[in-house]
Amino acid sequence: MPDLNVKLWRGDENGGELVDYKIEAQEGEVVLDVVHRIQATQAPDLAVRWNCKAGKCGSCSAEINGKPSLMCMTRTNVFEPGQTITITPMKTFPIIRDLVTDVSFNFKMLKQVPALKPKPKEKDGTYRMFQQDIDRGQEFRKCIECFLCQDVCHVIRDHDDNKMHYAGPRLFIRYADLEMHPLDTNDRLDLLQDKMGLGMCNITKCCTEVCPEHIHITDNAIIPLKERVVGDRYDPLAWLGKKIFKKSKTSEKQKV
Amino acid sequence: MTDELNEIHSYDVVIIGAGGAGLRAAIEARSLGCTVAIVCKSLLGKAHTVMAEGGIAAALGNVWKEDNWKVHFRDTMRGGKMLNNYRMAELHAKEAPERVLELEEWGALFDRTKDGLILQRDFGGHKYARLAHVGDRTGLELIRTLQQKATSMDIDVFMECKIVKLLKDSSGAVAGALGFWRNSGEFVLFKGKSFILAAGGIGKSWKFTSNSWESTGDGHALAALAGADLIDMEFVQFHPTGMVWPLSVRGLLVTEGVRGDGGILKNSLGKRFMFDYIPEMFAKETADSEEEGDRWYDDKANNRRPPELLPRDEVARSINSEVKAGRGSPHGGVFLDIASRRSPEYIKRRLPSMYHQFKELADVDITKTPMEIGPTCHYVMGGVRVDPDTAASTLEGLFAAGEVAGGMHGSNRLGGNSLSDLVVFGKRAGEHAAKRALGISKEVQIEEAEINLALSEALAPFNRSDGENPFTVQHEIQETMQNLVGIIRNQSELEQAQVEIEKLKTRVSQAGATISSRRFNSAWHTALDLISMITVSESVAKSALIRKESRGGHTREDYPKPDPEFGKINHVVRISNKEMSVVAEPLPQMTPELAEIFKDDVK
Repeated sequence: MPDLNVKLWRGDENGGELVDYKIEAQEGEVVLDVVHRIQATQAPDLAVRWNCKAGKCGSCSAEINGKPSLMCMTRTNVFEPGQTITITPMKTFPIIRDLVTDVSFNFKMLKQVPALKPKPKEKDGTYRMFQQDIDRGQEFRKCIECFLCQDVCHVIRDHDDNKMHYAGPRLFIRYADLEMHPLDTNDRLDLLQDKMGLGMCNITKCCTEVCPEHIHITDNAIIPLKERVVGDRYDPLAWLGKKIFKKSKTSEKQKV
Repeated sequence: MTDELNEIHSYDVVIIGAGGAGLRAAIEARSLGCTVAIVCKSLLGKAHTVMAEGGIAAALGNVWKEDNWKVHFRDTMRGGKMLNNYRMAELHAKEAPERVLELEEWGALFDRTKDGLILQRDFGGHKYARLAHVGDRTGLELIRTLQQKATSMDIDVFMECKIVKLLKDSSGAVAGALGFWRNSGEFVLFKGKSFILAAGGIGKSWKFTSNSWESTGDGHALAALAGADLIDMEFVQFHPTGMVWPLSVRGLLVTEGVRGDGGILKNSLGKRFMFDYIPEMFAKETADSEEEGDRWYDDKANNRRPPELLPRDEVARSINSEVKAGRGSPHGGVFLDIASRRSPEYIKRRLPSMYHQFKELADVDITKTPMEIGPTCHYVMGGVRVDPDTAASTLEGLFAAGEVAGGMHGSNRLGGNSLSDLVVFGKRAGEHAAKRALGISKEVQIEEAEINLALSEALAPFNRSDGENPFTVQHEIQETMQNLVGIIRNQSELEQAQVEIEKLKTRVSQAGATISSRRFNSAWHTALDLISMITVSESVAKSALIRKESRGGHTREDYPKPDPEFGKINHVVRISNKEMSVVAEPLPQMTPELAEIFKDDVK
């Protein structure tokens, strides 16, 4: 098989450059295999983060020819023969070294999510939930936290200072998972709108496009959350209800 | 040398590993009032638990009311060919339902029955449909639920930090763990009153494995090198169904759920061959015709289970025999067929990750074509010898839970019993580590010389920048273990393995790394992982050599049958003065009440 031409970004926070590597192509490989072979034979100190190599853990996120992708799920036969494969680190996060970025922003945001507060059990000591009521939640919980949606989201990709008050698509599906959870009694809508920047998302759906789990982030999570905020804040009946009964319209949920 | 060490943390409980067991232990220790640190080699939520697919076994009785802990206990012991630590298997069967229900309370969304309860699926070796699951991504649900719970509890997580050595105080109790940040290459010392190893498995020492890069046996090696006992290290599970093609994903897991949901195994002649391999021990409860096997999915009361759902060791050996007899698939496996058995909609709903995995990585549509599969190194039954009730190792101050602990699964683990093991013994380890820590009032002390020695050992690869490429040595370890200590073993290959391992030990000690930068320096990390890999490889090869019988995950072609005498012993691995020894010790005998459960069994 012909050689592959690969450009890898090498460097750290002080700067770096694309370095050319040439390596023999092998059948049935993914981009991460190629990076590993370069590491094992030509660049032993190459920094690359990975775990499962099966699309299940979401560690090997990078930008391949400019597109945010998992290296382990991008097959090399999708490139034209002779086409150069350029691999760069995720742009939205600070560089640690080579292809490895500092994704701690996401974990900080996850730590701020108010936990599930379950309602009491049924009289028989069980929780009853029906499949149709959890289908949507299960879709959100497919998220492997690869943070490619965070990487592509232009609210933070091009405006680092927005990270102060914008949680990003990964977090929005986490909030949606909780808001739609049949057992949960917390209401996080004010937090979402006032502190987590839900309103700053202008639903361009870039996040949905890069999601390796094919979660409908925008349509199924972000837009319904936006609608709930509108319902909660601007529905006159809900407003009256809140004034009189000091609670939100739709449920027994309590504001966090 | 101490100018190398500028970061020291002190906690009541320090947990090494952030998979299911580590996270569950952390939640327990924190809820008992301890300060808790979790140290993990990867980012939080990426541990190998995330790759578990089929489900978590617990006798909830939601689908089959007849199910209870005694049936689960019996299935587990028989699956382990009675070599399990009976007390661990008992506690596991009794406590698994409670641990699953608590996951639900913390937010886990398991698939549901029509009555709104947790749905349970069939798996190999389990008499009843017993595995709570979320499609075929149960591990992700488990780790995410525990991660989210732990994140809300004021537990400190140190990510991408590798522990290189356990350090002891003057009394011999484990009191510290030296590690380095993968990102910066800087060292960090964790002092603690109790330590819990929850560092997972050892699969990376084989060439074809379902395990991720992390499974280099760090926990096993840290414990053994500190002087703790390991047991049952000869028992390594080769999962019957790993992908065999394309080569780059060879070994990647194909969930047992495929067979639980109706998939069957065929050879190149199109024959459903598992009916030729039903062992006497399971003959009474296994269908002897395809018709009966097929009826069983809908009518379990009047039919027996198909042989595709025998325990994993039986199925893996059978596949191996078919391939050896020349009836394999084009790429050296056999065919796993669900396409001809279930509708595309059913397959996509029940097995979404499998559909996705084959489509994206192999260009195979599993709703239309059979999968090519073969055995892959999956799980180690052996591990740190622990007290069944407290998860305490034989070293003071050190506890172990999850795959790194031994005993629970005997010679072979049933599918679904791993995730339940994580939460049952994770909780117990957290509880007892916390109790120990809360009883200690004085600050722990570690000799500076101990710390300096550990630092210099960890930096040694940089002194050998012209040393051998650690990736080459890693590759050689994998080849050696795959070829000489694999799924089918014999005396001469095992003897050769001892020789090869001795040579590899020397090469491990000579592997080098260039110091271009200490940040995320993969060669350095790999050079240090090699120490763990060679330590566990030696323990497996040594234990396998002296177990002259076939049982569970240990198959000897020169001793093809189980030997009742070997059924009475565990092999205990110990390292003292840098020499590893393996000795036989008697298997703990179960109480008469528990033994009663097995009175009708074929021996």
